[in-house]
Amino acid sequence: MNRDKRGLSFYLLAALFAAFVLFLYGPIATIVILSFQGPNGGLTFPMNGFSFHWFHALFQAQMVGNFGASITRSLILAFMVMVANVVISVAAGMAFRRRFTGSTVLFYLVIASLIVPSILVSLGIGLLFSQIGIDPAWYSSAFGAQLTWTMPFGLLIMFAVFNRFNKSWEEAARDLGASPWRSFREVVLPIILPGVIGIALFGFSLSYDEYPRTMMTAGDSNTLPLEIFAMTANVTTPVIYALGTLTTAFSACIIIVAMTTMAVIRRRRLAKL
Amino acid sequence: MSTTVETAAAKPAARVKRARADGSSVGPWLLAMPLTLVLGIFLVIPILMLIVVRFLDYNSVQILWSFVLDNYGQALSDPVTWETFAVTIKYAVITWAITLFLGFWLSYFLAFEVRGAAWQMGLFLVCSVPFLTSNIIRTISWIPALGRNGIVNSVLLHFHLIHQPLTFLLYSQFAIILAFVHLNTLFMVTPIFNSMMRIDRALIEAARDNGAGFWQTIFNVILPLSKTGIGIGTIFVITLVMGDFVSVSIMGGGQSASVGIMIQNEMSQLQYPAAAANAVILLAIVLVMVFLILRVVDIRKEL
Repeated sequence: MNRDKRGLSFYLLAALFAAFVLFLYGPIATIVILSFQGPNGGLTFPMNGFSFHWFHALFQAQMVGNFGASITRSLILAFMVMVANVVISVAAGMAFRRRFTGSTVLFYLVIASLIVPSILVSLGIGLLFSQIGIDPAWYSSAFGAQLTWTMPFGLLIMFAVFNRFNKSWEEAARDLGASPWRSFREVVLPIILPGVIGIALFGFSLSYDEYPRTMMTAGDSNTLPLEIFAMTANVTTPVIYALGTLTTAFSACIIIVAMTTMAVIRRRRLAKL
Repeated sequence: MSTTVETAAAKPAARVKRARADGSSVGPWLLAMPLTLVLGIFLVIPILMLIVVRFLDYNSVQILWSFVLDNYGQALSDPVTWETFAVTIKYAVITWAITLFLGFWLSYFLAFEVRGAAWQMGLFLVCSVPFLTSNIIRTISWIPALGRNGIVNSVLLHFHLIHQPLTFLLYSQFAIILAFVHLNTLFMVTPIFNSMMRIDRALIEAARDNGAGFWQTIFNVILPLSKTGIGIGTIFVITLVMGDFVSVSIMGGGQSASVGIMIQNEMSQLQYPAAAANAVILLAIVLVMVFLILRVVDIRKEL
């Protein structure tokens, strides 16, 4: 086969890839369009005029329940999970660079945390809290439940980062008399910073959109995904699309900010070398 | 500058490293402590709670065992339970087959047909970024496409390909599997792409130079070397589908069942023993599946 000429397989697979991208993004594009339905428009096409009616409706409390409070809760919780996820994953990532007693068991626990069905974690934490007599709440039980989902991703990112990490920089810092904390802060952290931003992005986004592990652990006050899921059962107007559009736009902003930051850091580093 | 530092550090490195490992063996423990604590409190103890939930209420071992067996006996003797597990496994197997097909060929395209690292990473991100957005919203977003008056039906009617709107598109098993494929294909693409990017390109050149055709290269070189990625993707897809209740309840329209929905219903009716019994059966099935996959692939190779 000629290396410089694209074969038939390229065009067939490119078509498959394009179809997949359409499949992946097409539906979300339709609800973004439909969220601008006119006031008399329904859940499907055709568009019945163009308006911001359903976005206005979103902020009238009687339409969709207490949506403002749930979004505040979700944002605070996502921020808490993001910070905890970064601290725990980076610390554990540093620890896993060496074998230590129990490191294999801990590694398998992390993998188990990733693959145990979420509903079991949710139910188990719900049972635990009811047995020890603590009311579940979004800032306690749901916070822990979400960490069991975000930490494995954080740790896997750290593994990937340290696989390409040149230890001699750190050792040079220590040989020059830097304390472990100082060599971490001034040598290791700047090098792994793009990975740390990735861990923060995963922590924030996965928490902000988390449903199954939060379901039984959030107590009486709903987070945003719980509110949205409740809406799917009884809201029959495009207001749910408006909410979907807003929260997806917000997620997209977070992703873009994080990725731009990572790209800028990489570019600056390349410029320095 | 960098080379002098590296060579200076390289010589005493081995001796220093050994000394440090002896001196600060507490270090890794302290660093791993937060992770261990969170996993202990929010994963290990809760899962143990599911298994031993009745032990806490009764002191006599005998009553207790009969009670435990009773819950499992009830769960296992009810034909509805069996049917629910069977249909959930069916969803998992069909979703697995489709996501594996898509995941393999999409990864192959990215790893071997697309040229240039920037294009590869860019297109890979296009496939994986939706992971960081809401699954519920992504599932809901199928409703305008698949409904009775949805886009698919309108288009088909417009071109006279059908005369009646298709009703199986939404609130059906078809819709459920469609949503599963939509949500979970990236869990296949990511690990398989990762495996394929590690394949030494010289191996493929060698295969081609020795006269292997396209399919021979796929089956004898690429497929065996992507085995670990396929295994990891399989574990993700199976466990996500087996435990799901969001997609099934939105796309199934309230009539369809899955193990997740059954457990959720039992919880909302405060039937915790029954929910816990089904949860443990689900956990056992998932663990057996994962164990079988791990016998075929070694996931630690990927780290």
